[in-house]
Amino acid sequence: MNHARTRSRSGGWLGLYSWLVFAFLYLPIVVLILYSFNGSGVGGFPPRDLTLSWYRMLFHDAAIWNSVLNSLIVAMVAVGLALAIGIPAALALDRADFPGKAIFRRLVLLPLILPGIITGLSLLMLCVFSGLQLSLVTIALGHGTALIAVATTEIFAGLQKFDRRQEEASLDLGANYWQTFWRITLPNLRLSIIGAALLIFTLSMDEIAVSFFLVGRENTLPLEIWSRLRRGMTPEINAVSTIIFVFSLFTIIIWYRIRTRGEAQQLATPIIQGEIA
Amino acid sequence: MYSRAYKSAVTLPPVAWVTLFLLCAYVILFAHSFWSVRDGQIVRDFTLGNYKQIASSPLYLQVLFRSMKIAGAVTLFALLLGYPVAYYLSFNSRHKNLLFQLVIVPLWVSYLVRAYAWKTILGSDGVLNTSLQFLHFTHEPVSALLYSPFAVVLTLTHIYTPFAFLPIFAALEHIPRNLIEASHDLGGTPLQTFWRVILPLSLPGVVAGATFAFVLSLGDFLAPILVGGPSGIMISNIVVSLFGAAYDWPLGAAISLCMLILVVGLLFATERLEKRFSYQ
Repeated sequence: MNHARTRSRSGGWLGLYSWLVFAFLYLPIVVLILYSFNGSGVGGFPPRDLTLSWYRMLFHDAAIWNSVLNSLIVAMVAVGLALAIGIPAALALDRADFPGKAIFRRLVLLPLILPGIITGLSLLMLCVFSGLQLSLVTIALGHGTALIAVATTEIFAGLQKFDRRQEEASLDLGANYWQTFWRITLPNLRLSIIGAALLIFTLSMDEIAVSFFLVGRENTLPLEIWSRLRRGMTPEINAVSTIIFVFSLFTIIIWYRIRTRGEAQQLATPIIQGEIA
Repeated sequence: MYSRAYKSAVTLPPVAWVTLFLLCAYVILFAHSFWSVRDGQIVRDFTLGNYKQIASSPLYLQVLFRSMKIAGAVTLFALLLGYPVAYYLSFNSRHKNLLFQLVIVPLWVSYLVRAYAWKTILGSDGVLNTSLQFLHFTHEPVSALLYSPFAVVLTLTHIYTPFAFLPIFAALEHIPRNLIEASHDLGGTPLQTFWRVILPLSLPGVVAGATFAFVLSLGDFLAPILVGGPSGIMISNIVVSLFGAAYDWPLGAAISLCMLILVVGLLFATERLEKRFSYQ
């Protein structure tokens, strides 16, 4: 149709511009990966003395691996917590009317919209106020609480596509609410739940603003990287970043396959759009 | 269809948790902003001193103003980079899904790592300077690249462009294609079609994307430390130092509250804008 005319005329310049933007987006990532193999440090051009020694060094770096372990534990607790609160929160927003519902909806989403520093230091003051010792536990509580927003939006979106008559049938056939929840509601929401879990996991692994304020003696991985960056740059950080990048890439691919199988919306748009209203 | 017991069971636990851990936390932030510090101790007596100090100190206002300028510049660049790409993907590209993923992937590289990568690129013995010298464009490293507001804007633009892109792309995808065909059939040129049909219909996405880019970069405190230097300090850096070595939590809380009010006010305004622009 006529539409094709626009395509051919404006497509060329626009296409070129788009590829330049892509180049801009990928330049740091390419540099990062390339220089993790660079024998002569993080700077200099062209990269020379290609080596795996930074990876070898990383492999024997106990502090890094300890922080990776800490991050994994924090992320898993955060996923559990955010889902345990986020699933009922989404059900409540979908099905119940209660006083303060509009405020509750906004409050849940606030950590996603506010700069992380505000949520981080608010939680720090809460911990100090209530005498909680700062540790990995407070970081996990902070991540879990801040990321309820992600669980709630993802699962709320899933509920919009869910046919309530299945629950009605289950209840009519004599199942109680508890059985219906476990056998009908949860299995139907499983794509949203897995998607939310992967997203929360990745966000928690990378979170720094909240962790920054709630950290005790044990570092998470981003905090460990942060403390090293302040001392100086070594390609060891490039190496650990490259490994994280490859892992996140796998996570996205898995997530994407799950979502496309579920004919869900495009990746991440419901979150980014934020459903602020 | 759902009993009262069911509704309470799904409502009470999340409401209780969110009240305890979020509402209380924000309320304590609010309370701190009216307290003060004497002899290294927080004194819990009501005072407006923190706000007076903010209003009368050129330092805080100047840094706040600079943060808004930096965030504004980041927003502008993120839109200038994000909108054409979103348009290209939505209307011109044959590999829409693949390219969409390509925009998303950088979002999943650790924030810290991307900021750090820019530091390695912009530094005086960094990748950019050494390649400029290697190609004989300059003989001495350009030192103005790193540790400047420019470096902060560049780094934050890189980080938040995908955030601006996503809602714009979603908005463009939701434009009914027959409206565009109608415009063509009624004799509209491609430019007229863009200006009078596509752009107005994509404005809610633009507003959402701009809000994300502005709010997220306004509160950033890591990129300024990594690549900003003294002239790139932003308002959150002041808050961080007040919560650290400077130890004045009440003043830090008051500055954060100003930021929070700014952000929430902006969100309300853009929410109304989005509603006005939306056609459904």
